[in-house]
Amino acid sequence: MSEAVLEAHNITRRFRIDGGKTLTACENVSLSLYRGRTLGLVGESGCGKSTFMKLVMGLDKPTGGEILFRGKDIAKMRGKEMHEMRQHIQMVFQDPSSSLNPKMKIRDIICEPLRNYGRIKHAEKKDAAADLLEMVELPSEFADRYPENMSIGQRQRAAIARAIALEPDIIIMDEATCSLDVSVQKSIIGLITRLQREKNISIGFICHNLPLVQSFAHEIAVMYLGNVVEVIPGADISEKSLHPYTKALLGAVFDINSDRERKIECIKGEPPSPLNIPAGCPFCDRCEHFTEKCRSEKPMLKNVSENHKVACHLYGGNLEK
Amino acid sequence: MRLLTINDLDVSYSGALTVSGFSLSLGQGEICSIVGESGSGKTTVIRAVLGLLPVGGKVTAGSITYDGKELPTLDKKQWHELRGHDISMIFQDSGAMMNPTRTVGATFVEYIRAHEKIPKKDAWSKAAEMLTKMRLPDAGRIMNEYPFRLSGGMRQRVGIAMGMTYQPKLLLADEPTSALDATTQAQIVREMGELRDEYGTSIIIVTHDLGVASYISDRIIVMRNGRIEESGDRDTILHRTENEYTKMLLDAVPTLGGERFV
Repeated sequence: MSEAVLEAHNITRRFRIDGGKTLTACENVSLSLYRGRTLGLVGESGCGKSTFMKLVMGLDKPTGGEILFRGKDIAKMRGKEMHEMRQHIQMVFQDPSSSLNPKMKIRDIICEPLRNYGRIKHAEKKDAAADLLEMVELPSEFADRYPENMSIGQRQRAAIARAIALEPDIIIMDEATCSLDVSVQKSIIGLITRLQREKNISIGFICHNLPLVQSFAHEIAVMYLGNVVEVIPGADISEKSLHPYTKALLGAVFDINSDRERKIECIKGEPPSPLNIPAGCPFCDRCEHFTEKCRSEKPMLKNVSENHKVACHLYGGNLEK
Repeated sequence: MRLLTINDLDVSYSGALTVSGFSLSLGQGEICSIVGESGSGKTTVIRAVLGLLPVGGKVTAGSITYDGKELPTLDKKQWHELRGHDISMIFQDSGAMMNPTRTVGATFVEYIRAHEKIPKKDAWSKAAEMLTKMRLPDAGRIMNEYPFRLSGGMRQRVGIAMGMTYQPKLLLADEPTSALDATTQAQIVREMGELRDEYGTSIIIVTHDLGVASYISDRIIVMRNGRIEESGDRDTILHRTENEYTKMLLDAVPTLGGERFV
């Protein structure tokens, strides 16, 4: 496997909320981003996937753990150091209509990071913008447009152009394709993977659409209630996944190729509130294979084979212990 | 007789033709999906059926016949008898349809008493019974909650419970599961299929999710730029289509174990 660009170790983020309660958004999350590879982070709303990526971006500080980037802990960076680090980790947001300033022209939007870090002079903006637009397959005359005069797919391309402007090591994409129509979505994924190959970028992709994320992620981490429950190579998820929650997610996928008689598998109930996480396995209340041990002891993430980790008492030697 | 027949429907917003030449024929107990990308006019069609076009929207040509009645010509009183009784609608987020300052129970009771003259107490128990039927645990507690205190899946079940109170013959659903998580979506889609089996309800679902459409529908209508691109039974559209646009759409849907980009 290629070198790790960023390593998060035992990241925990708790929020104190009214009434003295504590909300645990992430608990002991350890994940790495590798050069030129995509980590897909999947899970349902409130599972902590966006919180984790925010911590990676340095937009929020963890309660515990460390995030190592180039040997330094992002969580401890401040001021100038943080500013310097930011140029290496860029972000693409879900909704390009609100992440692009409607009063700025596309040229100014995509060149803003370059200007902020003094990489180009004002006079060089025109050429820089043309280059960036070419990379994201937009016509160069779009430089003079405002976001509102572009389709939503074109806007997302502009947002990607802004993210790659500084040639970052890492790009974090938070549901970057979920507001797009399927045909546009496909072309954006094609673009992202092409740029990744050309520039060897590491991508952290948050997504709730499992079929989509497995189509281009090298590695997928499944989160449930703030915990990573399974880490598996993207190509293997539909065949080799083991955790009951991952299987439940796969069972809930409506696939256009599946025959009608296939029954959609539903797990019962809804995730418990993150204010009130069960003491043992977070998934125990909804799990079919649940035993007494699941309630009392939390399963740790363990290797079941190379590159495949599961946090479940059923697998990976968790049982013998 | 078909339950709902739409013939050559044109809808305009402030003079601009948004939907043109839309036709559909729906029998009892049939489930039909309208799929298409954003701006294809799919929501406009079902809004037109229920006479709920936004300001400026107008049916300019064609007919919508429900159970022998010509819908666009109905007056206020006739609409009141149909809406929420014979024809119900479920929205993308049922929470947004309810008044946030009132409890689910208060809204539900008001809804029931708008349709039949019964005491509040009876309406309350009728509502609670409907919630239980829609598999909402602890209906009594939910009746006393405000919509925003419920999860998306629970709100959607409340919306479906309200819509199903009078066992409508026709249920219109506008992206009913788009705002939900995968596992909740699976539950709701399955429950909607069961409504048809149990009550013989005909359902029109507007969705951009071809996976959901392929699971639940008998028939699928593909829309593009306000027109029907193709329509046919589920298997024809999914497996034997000749239409280039439909093929392109199906091809773009990511599938498990399908095309990989890396």
